Amino acid sequence: MFLPEIPEAAVWAILFLPVGSLLTIAFFTRPFPKLSGYVTIAAMAAAFLLSLWVLDSVIETDGHALPFTSHEWLSVSTDNPQLAFLGGQSLYVDIGLRIDGLSAIMLVVVTSVSLLVQFYSQGYMAGDGGYSRYYMWMSLFTAAMLGLVMVDSILIVYVFWELVGLGSYLLIGFWFHKKSAGDAAKKAFLTTRFGDVGFLIGILLIWTKTDTFNIPLIQEIAQSGALTDTVITVFALCIFAGAVGKSAQFPLHVWLPDAMEGPTPVSALIHAATMVAAGVYLIARMFPVFQASEEALRTVAYVGGFTAIFAATMGIVSADVKRVLAYSTLSQLGYMVMALGLGAYVAAIFHLFTHAFFKALLFLGSGSVNHATGTFDMRKMGGLRKYMPITYATFLIGSISLVGIFPFAGFWSKDEILVSAWNEDKLLFFVGMAVVFMTAFYTFRAVFLTFHGEYKGGEVSDHGAPAHGAANAHHGKPHESPFTMWAPLVILAIPAFAFGLWNMPFDGMDRLGHLLEGALPHESEEQLHHFEFNFAIAAASLALAVVGIGLAYAIYMAKVISAESLQKMWGPVHTLVENRYYMDNLYENVIIRDLLYRNVLRGLQWFDTNVIDFTVNGAAQATRWSGDRLRQLQSGSFQAYGTVGFAGLIVASVLMLVLVER
Amino acid sequence: MHSPVLTLVLHLEEVLIVGAALFAIGLYVALSKRNAIGILMGIELMLNAVNITFLGFARMSVSEDPIQGHVFAVFVITVAAAEAAVALALAVAIYKHRETVNIDQIDLLRW
Repeated sequence: MFLPEIPEAAVWAILFLPVGSLLTIAFFTRPFPKLSGYVTIAAMAAAFLLSLWVLDSVIETDGHALPFTSHEWLSVSTDNPQLAFLGGQSLYVDIGLRIDGLSAIMLVVVTSVSLLVQFYSQGYMAGDGGYSRYYMWMSLFTAAMLGLVMVDSILIVYVFWELVGLGSYLLIGFWFHKKSAGDAAKKAFLTTRFGDVGFLIGILLIWTKTDTFNIPLIQEIAQSGALTDTVITVFALCIFAGAVGKSAQFPLHVWLPDAMEGPTPVSALIHAATMVAAGVYLIARMFPVFQASEEALRTVAYVGGFTAIFAATMGIVSADVKRVLAYSTLSQLGYMVMALGLGAYVAAIFHLFTHAFFKALLFLGSGSVNHATGTFDMRKMGGLRKYMPITYATFLIGSISLVGIFPFAGFWSKDEILVSAWNEDKLLFFVGMAVVFMTAFYTFRAVFLTFHGEYKGGEVSDHGAPAHGAANAHHGKPHESPFTMWAPLVILAIPAFAFGLWNMPFDGMDRLGHLLEGALPHESEEQLHHFEFNFAIAAASLALAVVGIGLAYAIYMAKVISAESLQKMWGPVHTLVENRYYMDNLYENVIIRDLLYRNVLRGLQWFDTNVIDFTVNGAAQATRWSGDRLRQLQSGSFQAYGTVGFAGLIVASVLMLVLVER
Repeated sequence: MHSPVLTLVLHLEEVLIVGAALFAIGLYVALSKRNAIGILMGIELMLNAVNITFLGFARMSVSEDPIQGHVFAVFVITVAAAEAAVALALAVAIYKHRETVNIDQIDLLRW
């Protein structure tokens, strides 16, 4: 639009800038924490600018893919008879860039949020012993995430997919000296791996059927009807399994709330804006495949819808502000997944886009609050509006956007999902409406508890970095965070407020949707439904949101209704929800400890010690025993050999005499 | 006048039995002695047992070319002499070095 079309090398540079900062920190600047931070921020700023250039070029092509060709990475030809086990299939793995409307927007989201989070971390992580290490892993994560969204081969996507998992693991467990952080890191990694197995099976399946890993080619084949319905459905569900793990959908959602053990900027970047959105991105990327399978789409829609409402209920009762945001993230991701399942491809990515900004803003805001009070427990906060005006204002903007009040960004994206739901599936529409109400309630519950009322003293910091919070708590009054922390909040408040305007459901104003649709193959684009802006739905969702806010106000501000008596009234339900429906308990105690450890693994252990070890040790003992016996023969004495030799000669002679007929 | 004359008729079987017996004795000595000199003596016995056998066959069997057995025996004697010279020299050298010719103690190369 404004610039010439971006050369391929410049796009690759976006990926290699954070790789460069990772290596620079690892080899050079690790002893100089400040410098490590600057290196990362500089790399991210450059990557962000290049991403804008990418976006500019993609706008020029109307969202269609830029004409980059793939590069051969490795090929295994089956001319070689030793490779007959491949079943006559040659293996070609190419690496190339797929830069279209979808990936360009993801690039901008990832680089911009990452840049702001890195900047913010200067304040939040100040004085932490692992400052350089923090920036190193942040660079690693960002590089992997950028790679994930820009490559055109599903196998390479899988590689980066696992790398973001590694980045997430390293950063959740950043304060590894705390057992809870280490456990949370393991839980996150293993739970997502569980879904990734499905993803890998899907990749192998589609490779055996289509002979290629190239995503556009797979899309084309899926749309052409060359594959049977079963193959497409199974493939789509396998991809979805990977997305369920990464995007923390039911039933693999358990890792995300625990992942809040990591530093708060990490939660903002990885567990709100980017990595958890990777699952949604993946479904969107493979959307033409999903379109070819009605069953897969319906599964996706219902899993998403269920997650949205299920997580929202848990958000209502949580006392930890960061966990409220975590449940909210789960719920909003469920929304996006549901939208994809309903065929609302544009709405899902639009919501991903706005959510990335306002949820990152909310997380960073909660980090700022934590910085001042030393706790995430809302019962120990209150009244922070007076002490932290900037944090309050930006947090409020993020909250209103999340709740979806006109004309904030969240309103537009949420409304689009609701309109699709209304037209496609009434049940899911009502689920969506219920979630709107709950979202409004828990979000403003958090706002009121944190920022309004009287300050309840905070706590001497127990969350990781000991440097901050503690000092403030001793001074009695919390105060506003430093510039490095509030500046990103202010900047993020702009997209949280305004970016809905980029895709308004009116003619000529849905520029983002236009870009995103350009990323799809032509036939797939034609299958998309377009729905008119529905005033009644918008009004109804707004009304529900306002009622939700009003209820939160009545309970937590005006105290017309007592929270305690409500809690009593809902007694068993409250306990159930507060214990996360005992899902974690079910997984950890029943399935893993009882079922797996006590039964399956014990059986396997028996097999291991008594069969495998027995065989291995037996082979060793047999060898040793026979060796002991046989070495006696090797006396080294010529006379012994001679005796045996002559004895053999005599035996042979006798045998000749006896056996050979004359 | 007719005195009983003891006619000694040598048969091939007898020669072979003597040769075999001598060979067996030599073999036993070579394999059982611990003294290197004794072993050499056993080997010498075995060589001579073979010579007896050769000569027996040369004299007493029907052969186109009986001289071959004699020639072979002469060769064996020659080689045996050379062997004895070398072997005894080795035994003396070892004795000088290690003050023993007991082959159980001469085991430097044994694993």
